[in-house]
Amino acid sequence: MNRDELRSILLQELSDIAPDIDTAMVEDDASLQDEYDLDSMDAVNLVTAIHKRLGVNIPDRDYARMRSIADLLDYIEPRLAG
Amino acid sequence: MSDFTMPSMGADMDSGKLVAWKVRVGDRVEQGQLIAAVETSKAVLDVEVFEDGIVEELYVDEGAEVAVGAPLARIGQGQGAGGKGQESRPEARGARRETGKEAPGKNIAERKSPEEVRVSPAAWRKARELGLDLSGIEGSGPEGSIVLRDLDKGAAPRTQAKTAGFDRDEMRRAIAAAMSRSKREIPHYYLAHTVDLHAAQTWLDEYNRDRAPDERLLPAALFMKAAARALAKHGGLNGHYGENGFEASEAVNLGMAVHLRGGGLVAPAMLDGDRLTVPELMERLRDLVQRARGGGLRSSEMSRGTATVTALGDRGVDSAWGVIYPPQVAMIGFGRPRPRPMAVGDGLAVRPAVDVTLAADHRVCDGHLGALFLNDIEQWLQQPEAL
Repeated sequence: MNRDELRSILLQELSDIAPDIDTAMVEDDASLQDEYDLDSMDAVNLVTAIHKRLGVNIPDRDYARMRSIADLLDYIEPRLAG
Repeated sequence: MSDFTMPSMGADMDSGKLVAWKVRVGDRVEQGQLIAAVETSKAVLDVEVFEDGIVEELYVDEGAEVAVGAPLARIGQGQGAGGKGQESRPEARGARRETGKEAPGKNIAERKSPEEVRVSPAAWRKARELGLDLSGIEGSGPEGSIVLRDLDKGAAPRTQAKTAGFDRDEMRRAIAAAMSRSKREIPHYYLAHTVDLHAAQTWLDEYNRDRAPDERLLPAALFMKAAARALAKHGGLNGHYGENGFEASEAVNLGMAVHLRGGGLVAPAMLDGDRLTVPELMERLRDLVQRARGGGLRSSEMSRGTATVTALGDRGVDSAWGVIYPPQVAMIGFGRPRPRPMAVGDGLAVRPAVDVTLAADHRVCDGHLGALFLNDIEQWLQQPEAL
């Protein structure tokens, strides 16, 4: 899976969790919390979706450092099996 | 045999639009079953039936605007099912037909199976702005709900006359009406208490450390459980204030204020919140927030709340002074948890802490009860394992 495919999966999951966000407009470096109004419930849902879809378990202490889609891509990409 | 009427799903609701039937004439229904989708000024909600029986007649067609309290369907033991019985149709009692496309005699049961209508508030607002008819759009969101991205493809412009608009302004007006009524009628009193979260946070970190993401808990789940336990004990804060004064509720149906991105607020209730374990409560909280934003809230969740919690979370400010949601009599606020300097024993320590506030109805109880209540919440949060 390349980064673009991973990105589109992340946006798909984000869209399911926060259907009120227009994912076509999401910029990779923008803060999910500040720009797109993601709250702690959305965050825990996103981490759950990433775990289920991609098998990558992001612990709370690591998620605390994830600000943006780019951060998530950097974190998940090297952890994908195969 | 009885008539099933348009339920009130909020103090600010006068009428609702019947978007879709989920049952047909002749169907057997059970208490709690979802039988229709109704559009209010705030959302499209799934409406539940409150008795067992058989659907004998559907009085109103899909698309009709129906006043609160007006009959929607007859639920009976099966006699009189079928396409006749128009003479009992209470046409004039609030059921205003909007489209007129159905001949009165046509049996609604002949139509194809009614589809689930689920739509996210954002998609719904946009559809309103664009004048799109949601019934022709296939949803690709969770459980088939219609989300923003679905609006781009294949949506036919709405042909029928536009009804009273549901848009951002409408929702704002609905909130304005409820909150104005609250401030006009309810003499609020306010109390605040700062609660040390060292024990709760330590317990939560430990609990979450080795769990898969779908089993992890948020502080909000502990806050709501503590509030529900305290409400169960202090009945003067849990119930409805109506024409005959205050009626305490045995069940604790804890409302949760959910902020909608792009503006607006809904406060669906978690039924029997005090009886759930914390992990169960977390699961319900996830589900409720998801449905509040993604579509699919139920009528009971919008009408049966007995008190409401607002939890600001990480992005909030230190304290929230709530406005009571009528006919309830208490609003409990949890501010942003954050490290604070606190006296611990003889010394000073930095501890995670949260400001817990109460807005309560002075017609029903006094500050003394409110203080006992907030102290109770504090006690529960010192022993999270017992919650």
